[in-house]
Amino acid sequence: MKYEATIGLETHVMQKTASKMFCACKYEYGAAPNTHVCPVCLGYPGALPVMNEKAIELCCKAGILLDCEINPYSKWDRKNYFYPDMAKNYQITQADEPLCIGGHLEVEVEGTLKTFTLERIHQEENAAKNTHVAGASLVDYNRAGTALMEIVSNPCMHSAADALAYLAALKQIMEYGGISDCNPEKGQIRSDVNVSIRPVGQKELGSKVEIKNMNSFAFIQEAIEYEINRQTALLESGGTVVQETRGFDANRGETFSQRTKENAHDYRYFPEPDLMPVKISKEQVEVWRSELPELPAQRRERYVKMLGLSEYDAGVLTAEKATSDWFEQAMQHTKNAKAVSNFVMGEMMRLLSEQELTISESKVTPEKLSEIIALIDAKIISTGAGKQVFEIVFNEGGKPKQIIEEKGMAQVSDDSALDGWADDAIAAHPKPVEEYKAGNTASINFLMGQVMKASRGKANPGAVMKMLKQKLDGC
Amino acid sequence: MADLHKLTIAELSEKLAAGECSSVDIINDVLASIDATDDKVGAYLTIDRNSALEQAKAADEARASGSNAPLLGIPVAIKDLLNVKGQPCTCSSKILEGYIAPYDATVITRLRAAGAVLLGRVNMDEFAMGSSTENAALGKTANPWNTDHVPGGSSGGSAACVAADEAIASLGSDTGGSIRQPAAFCGCVGVKPSYGRVSRFGLTAFASSLDQIGPLTKTVKDSAILLEVLCGDDQLDSSSIEMEVPRFGKHLTNDTSLAGMKLGLPQEYFVEGMDPEVEKVVRDAVEHCKSLGAEIIDVSLPHSKYAIAAYYIIATAEASANLARFDGIRYGLRIDGKDPLELYEKTRSAGFGSEVKRRIILGTYVLSSGYYDAYYKRAQKVRTLIRNDFTEAFGQCDAILAPVTPTPAYKLGEKTDDPLKMYLDDILTTPANLAGNCALSLPCGFSSDHLPIGLQIIGDSFAEETILKVGHAYEQTTEWHKRKPVL
Ligand SMILES: [Zn+2]
Repeated sequence: MKYEATIGLETHVMQKTASKMFCACKYEYGAAPNTHVCPVCLGYPGALPVMNEKAIELCCKAGILLDCEINPYSKWDRKNYFYPDMAKNYQITQADEPLCIGGHLEVEVEGTLKTFTLERIHQEENAAKNTHVAGASLVDYNRAGTALMEIVSNPCMHSAADALAYLAALKQIMEYGGISDCNPEKGQIRSDVNVSIRPVGQKELGSKVEIKNMNSFAFIQEAIEYEINRQTALLESGGTVVQETRGFDANRGETFSQRTKENAHDYRYFPEPDLMPVKISKEQVEVWRSELPELPAQRRERYVKMLGLSEYDAGVLTAEKATSDWFEQAMQHTKNAKAVSNFVMGEMMRLLSEQELTISESKVTPEKLSEIIALIDAKIISTGAGKQVFEIVFNEGGKPKQIIEEKGMAQVSDDSALDGWADDAIAAHPKPVEEYKAGNTASINFLMGQVMKASRGKANPGAVMKMLKQKLDGC
Repeated sequence: MADLHKLTIAELSEKLAAGECSSVDIINDVLASIDATDDKVGAYLTIDRNSALEQAKAADEARASGSNAPLLGIPVAIKDLLNVKGQPCTCSSKILEGYIAPYDATVITRLRAAGAVLLGRVNMDEFAMGSSTENAALGKTANPWNTDHVPGGSSGGSAACVAADEAIASLGSDTGGSIRQPAAFCGCVGVKPSYGRVSRFGLTAFASSLDQIGPLTKTVKDSAILLEVLCGDDQLDSSSIEMEVPRFGKHLTNDTSLAGMKLGLPQEYFVEGMDPEVEKVVRDAVEHCKSLGAEIIDVSLPHSKYAIAAYYIIATAEASANLARFDGIRYGLRIDGKDPLELYEKTRSAGFGSEVKRRIILGTYVLSSGYYDAYYKRAQKVRTLIRNDFTEAFGQCDAILAPVTPTPAYKLGEKTDDPLKMYLDDILTTPANLAGNCALSLPCGFSSDHLPIGLQIIGDSFAEETILKVGHAYEQTTEWHKRKPVL
């Protein structure tokens, strides 16, 4: 029998808000433990939550970007469970009336365009960070109460490749929309993955296995593949899949059982009496829509159609928002999109990856790159010299023009200097001269190389070629 | 001793303004009164003598430099569930042993701004769960009128200290009658403001959708003065309502006429099993209001009889979550275990009293999967029906008159073995909490055993001015509030 996998993702995304979801504390990754806390996020007696309006805006903007319906009336609920990562021992979340309903996402998976649908996006508060040491558990409440939204997909994916493409697209949209930085290492994007297996053709879904709380996309891929194989093997050997929650052991590349359905929590949801329902007008949604930036797909199209870049180049440039934003800034100073694109995809990406830097850390600013390109276009320096200048600025900073002057990198187009070098080359190398005259025009390149060598790269290649041709054709 | 402790906020403010006494004089008299009688009453859990004197001195200095803040130099006792920065806040529970509040509740900030002197912290039922202040882990409080009797609850200490002249006024909280019932039992005035009128920020929550902080005072006028300070929108409490606060104190005049006013009398509130003395005293009070010019009309609140059932579902459900934070991890009592779960179990087993445990279990049960619809959801529907009853009634009348309790204060220990019996005593007060209305209790007579009996005046949401006006007119033309217990 053939089996098919069905996969759904619940993705938690930490929003980029200045303060936490229900108090004024700020969130700062890596801050000393328990330094950004207050009576509200520590669950002190008498403290009350106050809704962060910015988080609501960002959650709805995520919903708008993902084509969700924005709920005109959503509400808050308490999800009760005892664990030291939740100060109040209940989490404020949204049970039956989330902020965003439905939605979808179009993604290319292995060359095919697929549509993945969403069930909902709801707003909630993050948990604290627990660290287990020998004989004790430590709790850092800095992260407790930070704004967190949960994007719930429908069970509409069928392979690890689907899930990864979906996640990558989701991450890209969140970054573009300014919703979240989505840094997996900082826990800003985490997913619970639901995997089930059924015989091909069967209507009902198989028993669902949930793998909780995974940051790394690579681990998500491994876990899904492992789970599909495990469940398929179970069914093939006549066994049954138990509905349960499993963890992923990254060292072994395996999932392991954590909690079966019988031991599932009863979260005893009920409406949060400390917060009022959230009402969002159609007008507000339109204002938010108008504030949203262009998405990667739209940018890609514009780069191809308006700037004349290739599909491939446009794809590379828009893969990360930071790169694309850098490119956009450079384009404000130059019209030569192709040159900017070549520099960014060539020198820039090479140097960044060699030195493990991000584009925002580059000493070559969009203005400086456009200056270098202007110098090349004006034939003041050669393309090769331009690349050298780029690397110098990248490593040491400084102004391109000044560097060219200091290092004497300007091209020589002056006829009298070129004249001497050309005569020298022709006199010293009679053989290629003869070959050229006999019709082998490619031999001129050798002479050209000699002139360039004599000029130490500074001769303007176009001017040299012109001069050599004049001299050889003339005699 | 100049007997300053026996006076009201209004009287003391006049004396202070006229320079006839200082705030330090008042504090000294009140502290002397506490020393003389609190052994018998047991209203206070902690008294902040030095700090109170410091605050009084500061108030006197402020007055000398021209301040006339509304409560300048007036000592106020605080129910032990309000957070005051740097002070313990035990909620009469062992589980909060050692907890020191790191912040001021909004009402405390407002009292400070109004110049009040924070005097000390008074006893209550643990986490405000109870009607007799007998569910208190850290002290016993008696009724100043007869120390064999309960002071009522949960704000028993708040009522007893005012009745015994051990404070000029106090703050309490009312979730199902916790201000009005002890006020009735102890013969003082207590106001439960409309839901959303007073910020709950800093009030240790029992049931968030029902809790309100309010004043307990010797007169209606004093309640009006104190209420004006407490009320107002607060950015820290999303359930507080943004609307202008009327000048409650100023608006009470010497005019005692109730002409043109319609007062409703719900027959359902004269319940079966009600003490005949209570019924008679309350009906006399109704007649008195009629003699002041009010028109008395019959109104019906048919769903109020389900209030107790709905109340004990909604309140316990909310409480089961509100009290989950007391887990031994961040503050208060901690009894270690081999893992967090065992730590929780041991801490909460040792820290909570039996009534609190009973309500947490009840609340957990009604929210459990499979029972939610049958209990919590239905209780919310009943709540809507009760609210609709009031809306309809207030279409016909300006305020509603009713008893506060079916009986006067009962004896200590009389009902402790029968929680259900004690729950039923809340039958006349819980409807106003469920509907979100305002209501007050004021003295309207005594039983043959010389125990006070209260009259309840219930107003529409945000109609505090109306109930204060009726109460003030009644008080101005009767003498009950002038009687003092002999201790
Ligand atoms: Zn905080």
